[in-house]
Amino acid sequence: MARYIGKRLIYMFITLALIATFTFFLMKILPGSPIASADKLSPEQRAVVEARYGLDQPLPVQYFDYMFGLLKGDLGISINQFKGANVTDVILSRMGPSAQIGFQGMLLGTVLGILFGMVAALRQNTWVDYGSTIVAIIGISIPSFVFASMLQYWFGLKWDLFPVALWKDGFMSSVLPSIALAMFPLATAARFIRTEMIEVLGSDYITLAKAKGASGSEIAFKHAFRNALIPLITVLGPMAVSILTGSLVVEQIFAIPGIGEQFVKSIMVNDFSIIMGTTIFFSVFLIVVILIVDILYGVIDPRIRLSGGKN
Amino acid sequence: MTQNYEKLPQDAFTRIPRDTQEAEKISKPSVSFWQDAWRSLKKNKGAIISLILFGLILIMSFVGPMISPYEPNDQTITHANLPPKMPIIENLGIMDGVGTLGGREVDLYEMKNVEQNYWFGTDGLGRDMFSRVWKGTQVSLFIAFVAAAIDMLIGVIYGGISGYFGGRIDDVMQRIVEILTGIPNLVVVILFILIMDPGILAIIIALTITGWTGMSRVVRGQVLKYKSQEFVLAARTLGASDSRIIWKHLMPNVLGVIIINTMFTIPGAIFFEAFLSFIGLGLQAPDASLGTLINDGYKLIQYQPHILLFPAVVLSLIMIAFNLIGDGLRDALDPKMKD
Repeated sequence: MARYIGKRLIYMFITLALIATFTFFLMKILPGSPIASADKLSPEQRAVVEARYGLDQPLPVQYFDYMFGLLKGDLGISINQFKGANVTDVILSRMGPSAQIGFQGMLLGTVLGILFGMVAALRQNTWVDYGSTIVAIIGISIPSFVFASMLQYWFGLKWDLFPVALWKDGFMSSVLPSIALAMFPLATAARFIRTEMIEVLGSDYITLAKAKGASGSEIAFKHAFRNALIPLITVLGPMAVSILTGSLVVEQIFAIPGIGEQFVKSIMVNDFSIIMGTTIFFSVFLIVVILIVDILYGVIDPRIRLSGGKN
Repeated sequence: MTQNYEKLPQDAFTRIPRDTQEAEKISKPSVSFWQDAWRSLKKNKGAIISLILFGLILIMSFVGPMISPYEPNDQTITHANLPPKMPIIENLGIMDGVGTLGGREVDLYEMKNVEQNYWFGTDGLGRDMFSRVWKGTQVSLFIAFVAAAIDMLIGVIYGGISGYFGGRIDDVMQRIVEILTGIPNLVVVILFILIMDPGILAIIIALTITGWTGMSRVVRGQVLKYKSQEFVLAARTLGASDSRIIWKHLMPNVLGVIIINTMFTIPGAIFFEAFLSFIGLGLQAPDASLGTLINDGYKLIQYQPHILLFPAVVLSLIMIAFNLIGDGLRDALDPKMKD
């Protein structure tokens, strides 16, 4: 186990170093300059501005500066979007709203999804089952931005139940974005739990539990549900990816001052310290989530041999 | 019944002599793997309806821009922002050209003296949404299919070589894949789009740059599984070359998995294209894909919801159809591969 985690951590660092290197050099060949109205500045003015952000140094020096800064958690300085602000601070200050809608969406999605999946499995081939399957297919198929704009149009504009956009009304502002983000986890969990439950319900120990006289609900919750729940951990990875991808557009649609919204804006204005910083932040987030999922899976279900690999 | 069987008339029975040749005969025509798969796919209503639906959308994406009297990029400023109007359906009270203007419901076609019908309405520049939506569908599908085909090609070759030759080659190739899959897809796609000129080609390259790793893993797993089986050993003993073993013996077995995987790559690619366009990294105006149309429509959601409605519906239908076809194919081709 310790060996496995160690190996994974080494891979994680290699991957992150590669991503950072890659992002750094990509940003250098990016067309356009991050300095506002660069072509209007005189060469002298330009040199001053460039010196301020360390852009006058030779490329290798810039690169190693950046990589060492990264080790200390320093992501550089924003060039034009948040003039002169530290990128790490910018990201940290914007994490709140993103984390809130992400967490709420994930929670809502998985809880409802588990419920839907369970009911569907226990009432197989009834309208409840078909209904939950349809919800699951729709949740997987319809992109979050389409769903988010629909929510905004009906619940925000037409029926005026929730704020249309902006992050002013606390929890109420977070309801629609959270629902939009919840769709994918909901659909994934519902499908997954249904398949697993049906498989578990057909296994021998369920027959045994029935034979010894356990009640229906006891079988459903104590025996079937618990065992169906474990494999759900494996889809937490894809769910986290979907929440992150979704947050880019959902935050944009609902004008939420989160990391996703800021990332999209930084792309528009070519602020490459922010683009780089956010890219690395996203990568760390996703890689850590996937690592935790893999380790958790091994801890919870000892039948999975972590060190052996798939083959 | 059992007591009375002596009373049965003797002549009601004839004796069938045992024929050794008949015993070996197979009474039903033998069903090939693909016939069997098609048979079970046909039983899956969702998949068949989706297949028909997708067929219709595909046909419309080519025919739509042609049957519309307007070009997708032609602007008629005087006809801007017209709601949808369709000849027969308008009697039902929907798509009748009525829109809100200054808070009142009015027939905008009458007001603006427009003789023609715009079936899906027009956008802010007076462009016909009907031809734009279908043209956009065509572009989105093209991007998705090409991206999926490239993913498939690279993935199959890479995974095939890695799995078939094994040993050190496999080790090195798998380490590379491990690192590549560690990089979040979203990050790679956005970074590549940034450095290339925006356009169809840029999107395809960005989507395929790490997209093939999923396919390569699946193919490698399958090749590993089959290459150690007896029929491959038999072929090798008979002196079959590597390429013959790969194409004649392994490929037919791996094909099912390749098809299933591709069926799930396509909706993924459609989603990513739309996603990129929505955050402003997609095609540039006046070119349209479903993503850019949704992005344009979203900006006018409050006053002109129809501009968002049609591309969003078509996109959602394509996604639903592909997911259902993929599910159906998975059940039909490989019942063991369910989730």
